[in-house]
Amino acid sequence: MIKNKLLLSLTVASMLTLGACASKGDKTASTPPPSTPSSAYSDTSGTGNQLGDEDARTAAERALSNNLVYFDYDSSAIKPEYASVVGAYAKYLTANPVAKVRIEGHTDERGTREYNIGLGERRANAVKDALTAQGVTSAQISVISYGEERPVAEGHDESAWSQNRRAQIIRQ
Amino acid sequence: MNVYQRILALLVVVCALAAAPARAQLEITVTGGDIGALPIAIVPFAQVPGLPTDLAQVIDNDLARSGRFRTMPRAEMRQRPSELASFDAAPWRAQGFDNVVIGKVWDDGKGGFVVRFFLLDSLSGKQVIAYDYPIKSASQARYAAHWIADKIYEQLLGIPGYFNTKIAYVAAKGLGFQRTYQLVIADSDGENPQYPINSRETIMSPAWSPDRKQIALVGYERGRSAIYLYSTETGRVQKLISEKGINGSPAWSPDGTKLAFVLSFEINPDIYVMDLATKQRKRLTDHYAIDTEPAWSPDGSKILFTSDRGGKPQVYEMSANGGEPRRLTFQGSQNSRPSYSPDGKSILYVTTDGGQRIAVQDLASGAVRYLSSGPLDEGPSFAPGGAVIIYSSQGPRGRQLETVSVDGRVRLTMRQAGGDVQEPSWSPLMR
Repeated sequence: MIKNKLLLSLTVASMLTLGACASKGDKTASTPPPSTPSSAYSDTSGTGNQLGDEDARTAAERALSNNLVYFDYDSSAIKPEYASVVGAYAKYLTANPVAKVRIEGHTDERGTREYNIGLGERRANAVKDALTAQGVTSAQISVISYGEERPVAEGHDESAWSQNRRAQIIRQ
Repeated sequence: MNVYQRILALLVVVCALAAAPARAQLEITVTGGDIGALPIAIVPFAQVPGLPTDLAQVIDNDLARSGRFRTMPRAEMRQRPSELASFDAAPWRAQGFDNVVIGKVWDDGKGGFVVRFFLLDSLSGKQVIAYDYPIKSASQARYAAHWIADKIYEQLLGIPGYFNTKIAYVAAKGLGFQRTYQLVIADSDGENPQYPINSRETIMSPAWSPDRKQIALVGYERGRSAIYLYSTETGRVQKLISEKGINGSPAWSPDGTKLAFVLSFEINPDIYVMDLATKQRKRLTDHYAIDTEPAWSPDGSKILFTSDRGGKPQVYEMSANGGEPRRLTFQGSQNSRPSYSPDGKSILYVTTDGGQRIAVQDLASGAVRYLSSGPLDEGPSFAPGGAVIIYSSQGPRGRQLETVSVDGRVRLTMRQAGGDVQEPSWSPLMR
């Protein structure tokens, strides 16, 4: 068993190194430039003198800490109440062109698994499209769908399902 | 796998005397329709103490769970013969059990055992088939029992038994990114589970190759998905496809030369086919909808898939070369994850009509039958031969596997403590 686990990691590692040659289209496996979140933040904090850098950073962090967009059943439409989540990230990413995010799409447990992989990707892409519509370049965004495979709430009712139908924006 | 091959290679037929033609075959119609369960008594074998497995019970369970046999409760057995000489047909005949299985196991003096069984006809009093089956160790006793159940099934029904097969499935536990995954390979009755792949990232959609030498599956690693091939012979895992976006739903062509799957790197999920020898890839669907969950027809000429091109997920059929798909499902707001029956005459899928449950649809008439009651059933597939269906349901303590005979009469539930078991895939028969 352990041997197999290692083998899986090894094959994946070799895939990653070969990825740049193998991948098609515009997206090559580029390594992100060395930058720290704090240096990226200083751009947004230089707008006013009322707040110190620390306060501005905290405010920006607070805005970005809300990184979840929830969806209706079998829908990938972004509801108006999540416009601020998308807006905060659009602001951050346009102000920091070197910053990158990964958007993870998830579904509830209803529906079949591979269909839900498609639906989760559709949700993540809906968030991506909303960001690019606000000027974020698509090279700053990667998308992954986990379908119903990564539930955060247990239970088999609407209260659990509503928490699991989500897209999460994660800074890279 | 190797175990089978070794066992089968060891097989010695001692009683070729079983000249009596399969009388039962004449009485039983196996070409569709409702088939009555055949009464059979599996008498406990006379076993040496070194072999703890109750072989007769394993055989009994296999046959009873198929839905095609009604097995005699042990409490009703008035005698328990283990030798041909001590078999008296009259009482079995009087109790309505035309078929009786007796057997014994002895030590071969070299650390192994020999299993001898007879299938007897209580109407004629004659033996129908009889075999000696040598095993190298006590751990192989269950395979001997499954092999015997296959022989009886084939002899009496005229179609190959499916008990000496394996089930691959996914076991998962935990929430969010604490969730861990395993690929599990177990015997057809859920016994002897092996855990060849363990991962802290998602594992999905295991699918046996037709020669049982490989399992295609979806794995995630470092935020990317890929389609892998796991070798059941060497234990090696090899990455086959890893494009940007979705790499999902691997499905083997019946001849094992091609793999259908889903990629989304060309904008959204579409179905592709790869020739495994040349690695040449062809895109079969090109639609803005989600096209996923491909499944080949038994003759390899057609592919079923799920698409929400009509607004909600429904089942479509197209040529295995692509072309215009035809929608097959119209009942229920959503129907998905289709597969063909082994005879190609019906399709199996998940429907939301009356809860999320398993449905089988006759292709000629369009008639739909429901094989489960939901509310969260998924991942159905036929056992080889088509007598039984396996799927995953939501149990009281996590997801579980269920088998149901195609007439809906006999059900079996398999659970794993402390987690979910899902996405069962039944191995093909050994050829």
